[in-house]
Amino acid sequence: MSINDFVIRFANVNGSGSASANTMFAKALFRMGLPVATRNIFPSNIQGLPTWFDVRVSARGYLGRRESVDIMVAMNAATYEEDVACLSPGGYLIYDSTKPLARHLRRSDITEIGMPLADLLLSEFEDIKQRGLFKNITYLGALSALLDIEFDVITGMVATQYKGKDALIAPNIAALEIGRGYAQRYLSCPLPIKVRRVEAAGDRIMVDGNTAAGLGALYGGATVCAWYPITPSTSVAEAFELYANQLRVEENSGRRKFAVVQAEDELSAIGIVIGAAWNGARSFTATSGPGISLMSEFLGLAYFAEIPAVIFDVQRAGPSTGMPTRTQQCDLISAAYASHGDTKHVLLFPSTPKECFEFGAQCFDLADRLQTPVILMTDLDLGMNDSLSDPLTWEDGRAYDRGKVLSAEDLEAVEKFGRYLDVDGDGIGYRTYPGTHPDKGAFFTRGTSRDEYAAYTESPEAYEKNMRRLLRKWETASKLVPEAVITSSGQRAGILYYGTSATPMPEALDLLEEEDVHLDTLRICGFPFGKEVYKFIEDHDFVFVVEQNRDAQMKTLLVNEGELDPARLVSILYYGGLSISADTIQAQISEYFTQQKLPRLTEVKS
Amino acid sequence: MTFVAKPRVHHPKLPVNEIGLTRRDYEGPVSTLCAGCGHDSVSAAIVQACAELSLPPHKFAKISGIGCSSKTPSYFLSKSHGFNSVHGRMPSVATGANLANRDLYCIGVSGDGDTASIGLGQFAHIVRRRINMLYVVDNNGTYGLTKGQFSATNDKGSTSKKGLPNLNEPIDLVSLALQIGASFVARSFSGDKKQLVPLIKAALIHKGFGFIDVISPCVAFNNHQGSTKSYDYIRDHSEPVVVTDYFAAQEEITVDYAPGTSEEVHMPDGSVLCLQKLDEKFDVHDKVHALNYVQTRQAQGEVVTGLLYVDPDASDCHEVLDTVQRPLNELDVDDLCPGNAALEMVNAGFR
Repeated sequence: MSINDFVIRFANVNGSGSASANTMFAKALFRMGLPVATRNIFPSNIQGLPTWFDVRVSARGYLGRRESVDIMVAMNAATYEEDVACLSPGGYLIYDSTKPLARHLRRSDITEIGMPLADLLLSEFEDIKQRGLFKNITYLGALSALLDIEFDVITGMVATQYKGKDALIAPNIAALEIGRGYAQRYLSCPLPIKVRRVEAAGDRIMVDGNTAAGLGALYGGATVCAWYPITPSTSVAEAFELYANQLRVEENSGRRKFAVVQAEDELSAIGIVIGAAWNGARSFTATSGPGISLMSEFLGLAYFAEIPAVIFDVQRAGPSTGMPTRTQQCDLISAAYASHGDTKHVLLFPSTPKECFEFGAQCFDLADRLQTPVILMTDLDLGMNDSLSDPLTWEDGRAYDRGKVLSAEDLEAVEKFGRYLDVDGDGIGYRTYPGTHPDKGAFFTRGTSRDEYAAYTESPEAYEKNMRRLLRKWETASKLVPEAVITSSGQRAGILYYGTSATPMPEALDLLEEEDVHLDTLRICGFPFGKEVYKFIEDHDFVFVVEQNRDAQMKTLLVNEGELDPARLVSILYYGGLSISADTIQAQISEYFTQQKLPRLTEVKS
Repeated sequence: MTFVAKPRVHHPKLPVNEIGLTRRDYEGPVSTLCAGCGHDSVSAAIVQACAELSLPPHKFAKISGIGCSSKTPSYFLSKSHGFNSVHGRMPSVATGANLANRDLYCIGVSGDGDTASIGLGQFAHIVRRRINMLYVVDNNGTYGLTKGQFSATNDKGSTSKKGLPNLNEPIDLVSLALQIGASFVARSFSGDKKQLVPLIKAALIHKGFGFIDVISPCVAFNNHQGSTKSYDYIRDHSEPVVVTDYFAAQEEITVDYAPGTSEEVHMPDGSVLCLQKLDEKFDVHDKVHALNYVQTRQAQGEVVTGLLYVDPDASDCHEVLDTVQRPLNELDVDDLCPGNAALEMVNAGFR
């Protein structure tokens, strides 16, 4: 008997309406107070290819991906074989028994639960399209009985989902009842795996990171959003526009206090962002790896011309089509050093939807303060999947940090304005917005060839002096980005991770503890790295660096920026395109301890 | 190359405009372009137009891409901010600048390489977006800074300085602008200030996208016999179709054109464009006609100049996006942040 602890996988055909039924399933469990994590594994396709939707319920609150599947809802004949094969021994296979299961698919170590779904719907719905759509709702009804889900929670959800389209409510509820009725009558309900109402979710919310990031831009004061559609970042701009239309319109006129432009490509999107930021509006774009590549020339200009620009990079695997609907943390190097010439960019690494919101908003303060591009490095796993998050909060009264901007009055008091003078010793000059003052503060923005007063020069001394100042600014940035999150109990070894590699970490650490492997932890939240990051590495004999890419890109940044001995950083890598699991982390670390013949006992330093 | 400021003293009797400024207040430092470069005449025409319109010289955003043309914004309106951005990407930067502050006059200066080659995509899309700006192309048919390669506006058969003919078809920017919906389209010649200045004024005042393709000969690489963008060639083949006079709202209209050939175009701000149509049948409000006219005359080897199309009631990007009247860059946290109570409602939607 297992309560509130399982992974269920829905195997469907994409474009069949399964995603909304599966999301409803996850949300019902969440509304019963259970910690739930969802993962939609979808193809680069509109209709007809296989798609999987995993829902993990964990009594201990683990939200990372787990390698094993306890219940398989196999609704796609094309993937039957692999779907049946991936089920854990002792698991449950739910399938459409209108056609009998092929002999070679049968397994003696699992429980087969057949439901004649096609037959059931044939008699109930005349419209073929409806039969297809309601198939998903019917198995949802059956699952409510099999897993003991409170039925009124699901019916209530149907009512909210189809609010305004009331004609859809009754047939959906009918389909739910068909499935539930069949299960109650013909199947043994509930299964030994089931759910029970708890209060474990607390006041948490279920939201995807992209929606939270879009809200972060809204709360962070972005007024210009320019973007080009690209999976998995599209929903950032869409969320910004959706909520801005609700929350950012002028009271009397109904006019918008924001502008959203769907640009012709990513080059244009970042150009618009830079033009708007140069002219004093907070502006951002959302993109993914290929967009970062296209934006690279402009990012270099923004670095040299010192223009605040905010980019949300929702990372995905590889180029072109196919794997790009899978997740990775693979843009670190291309984002950190984007462009020609000596450039480096500020990066933030959120690991929860709440951080997508908070860091998303903070990007605008940092960009304005530092007068440079700031890139939020999220990924598909965080961006596109609903996950459990603490509620989003905003401290009323919090002001925006617009950085060093001179008003007309300020300019009156300045004897001679020098745009690139390091007046305060932090590497950051004072800027003016166009049109501020009739006689003072105007300057011509160029990439590099300029002196401290923005006058044209190609002098080697002026160039080097400017580049050294930009390094001072970089140093300032390292003090302003969010600090690393550290837990330490004086272990010999540490583990360092960032972004979504943090999601499976509590579970991975628990699994390792069971093997007597104890690690101090550090989660990186920003780049350039703060002193605390290098100190953590220095304080440990060796440090595991967990990341979701092949080339150990975070390790590369650490080694490069900190001039560290690479041998002290041990890479734990996963780059298969699904999110990294606790099992993967535990297995690789455990193997390292075995291979290196390291003691597993806790050895606390004196 | 160095930055050469012009002396600040000027003749005490230099005429002042309505806001008490002289033309010198609209100038910039000394140009570093070649002596005789057409682009400097375009800059001078912009200075004259802005001074005559009595616009505040600091209320401009000057944006450019890369190339000789794109260096020019530093040679006019030195009281305004300018941005020498990325090759071919001026349109996107100008879009952003205009979105951030709708109250500034936006001037984009580009070249034929910058607009018709590397930036053709951005050009097409800024036209579609209807950004309220003056977009000038200093069109000389050649790449100056890299020493004389053909650009995409160079006519087929026109020869390089070394005598080699261009084998490719040219891109005609006014035809393209007409086709994709620009609401103000003109062509002019840098050597014809009388024609160019009123066009610049009208395009600046026009609400919406104001496009002027200015044939601006390159004295260093494209002013020889055999070039179709040389001073001599354009003087011989330029075919003005409309003579435009611009009159500000309160100004007295002083021209007296022959009946049947004249037309007044009333701009929304009260100013008036007086047109003398040299071809009586030409209609500046019919873009299909304009496109046809330009192409027909082009086939005959003529370069049609003047105002080709205007829609005085056009809308701009801010109208399309329905943005607030206040510039977006003036809005602060009280205007922009919905606050925690609203966020709690948003949270409730995620439960």
